[in-house]
Amino acid sequence: MNKESVIIESTSYWKDAFRRLKKNKLAMVGLYIIIGLILVAIFAPWLAPYDPYEVSYEEYLQPPSLKHPLGTDEFGRDILSRIIYGSRISLEVGIIAEGIATVVGVLLGSISGYYGGWVDHLIVELTNIVFAFPFLLFVIAIVVSLGPSLSNVFLAVGALNWAGTARLIRGQVLSLKESEYVEAARALGASNIRIIFRHILPNCIAPIIVSATLGMGGAIMIESSLSFLGLGAQPPTPSWGSMIDYAKDFLRTNLWYSFFPGLAIMITVFGFNLLGDGLRDALDPRLKI
Amino acid sequence: MTNYIIRRLLLTIPTLIGIITITFLLMYVVPGDPIRILMGQRGDPATIAMIRKQMGLDDPLPVQYIRFLTNVLKGDFGRSYATNRPVLSEILTRFPATLKLALASMLVASVIGLSAGIISATRQYSFFDYSSMVVALMGVSAPVFWVGLLLMWLFGYTLGWLPISGYGDISYLILPAITLGIRPAAYIARMTRSSFLEVLRQDYIRTARAKGLPEKRVIYIHAMRNTLITVVTILGMELASLLSGAVLTETIFAWPGIGRLSVDAIIKRDHPMVQGTVLFTAIIFIFANLIVDISYAFLDPRIRYE
Repeated sequence: MNKESVIIESTSYWKDAFRRLKKNKLAMVGLYIIIGLILVAIFAPWLAPYDPYEVSYEEYLQPPSLKHPLGTDEFGRDILSRIIYGSRISLEVGIIAEGIATVVGVLLGSISGYYGGWVDHLIVELTNIVFAFPFLLFVIAIVVSLGPSLSNVFLAVGALNWAGTARLIRGQVLSLKESEYVEAARALGASNIRIIFRHILPNCIAPIIVSATLGMGGAIMIESSLSFLGLGAQPPTPSWGSMIDYAKDFLRTNLWYSFFPGLAIMITVFGFNLLGDGLRDALDPRLKI
Repeated sequence: MTNYIIRRLLLTIPTLIGIITITFLLMYVVPGDPIRILMGQRGDPATIAMIRKQMGLDDPLPVQYIRFLTNVLKGDFGRSYATNRPVLSEILTRFPATLKLALASMLVASVIGLSAGIISATRQYSFFDYSSMVVALMGVSAPVFWVGLLLMWLFGYTLGWLPISGYGDISYLILPAITLGIRPAAYIARMTRSSFLEVLRQDYIRTARAKGLPEKRVIYIHAMRNTLITVVTILGMELASLLSGAVLTETIFAWPGIGRLSVDAIIKRDHPMVQGTVLFTAIIFIFANLIVDISYAFLDPRIRYE
């Protein structure tokens, strides 16, 4: 290197990606929605004006007012407080169920792509089968057979939602394992496990983050659908889906009761979708059209 | 072409067997004795034992599995515990309702999705482009059952224009079709936009413009053709998933299709019916995708030689 060479401050991949993400207004909106959701979930006891379980028969099915900004339900419970507490369940579903699905998907996808052969055939076939099943119906069947509860929803979603991630990671691993740096690592005597975890997977982190972000929105949607069918969170736990399940009986006269929990679901899933789309553009500039 | 179709058909066999196996295992691990459910608490042990034997529930697992597999392949899905009618014929009587709803919502979805997608692509970064893509993303994010309830409130209760739920003339079809069509409409809009933008960037489009063709002709004749290949695939895939029954929409609108049949069966623990609906919808899905793949190969000759 000669002395005259211009020193350009190097920006890391992540710094660069975050810079691109910040420029994308919609993605930032998504990020703020999710940060807001996390804060609401953490500070629920301080934010909620009332106890979400407190029954008050004198105040049943009240329309929105200053006292109850989003009205009350058929037991006189404050809807705003219940929605605030419900954010905890949605966030839990997003993190736990999608977490299980991502771990399973990444493991199966990388094994399938890296080792090839009959293992690959088997996993690809399994993925095709999972894709062929009517997803919601299959989740419902599993939850009913295990018994309706929130933890079984986590399990069922986790057990089925991995297929998309697995397919994605398999494709990535297939192309990466032929690359020169992997060949170099192999020549240096690195074990297969080390190559997968230290060399290949770190390079798949971008698609993993994108699919996990989008998947969290999907998991929240499935939980609310199951709770709407009475198979998820059991009363009196405030889950957005089950609130709508109860609210639908009062739809004719009390629209707001159905409206607000659904709005909460939509905004949350919207946030994850916006951020997921934005991350895809930011983390992988090649994909941007 | 024939080779391609045969190869593609053979590829579905392992998937089919896998689906049958998983469906079988799923019902086998379900807790609760089906006979107890069938007879209620009244049945005396001797009768129960007799029925168990009759139905072959005491046979070892592999024997039951082989019997299930051969029966399914013969088109015998068993009898419903609830009605004692053959499962398959019950499913087939419900199928037209699901088909009707699927086709109607597909119509809604493709009209909205295609037009929004094309307008967005031809006016990239315009106000329309931005807002329609945001609306599309919101459509994907809104829970189906909630959208259905809101539509029901507006057009059913408040305006009184359409029936709230049930099955009858075309007016009953409108709300469920719109409810079910919103999601695929959003997907179709997004995919149409992105594939149109890709096509518009290709050399032959530049050539068409350079030789002085009117812009309308470039877009609607030249670019449209190559966009359609992608769009047709998405339409087919969406139709396949719609055909496998709209569990939530059918439940809200009391639509007597397969989706509702299966939810009812799950709640009543009517195991053969659950097995039957899951299996039937999975098979429909596979064959619909098969047809999509084959028609794709017709549209794009490159596929056949892969």
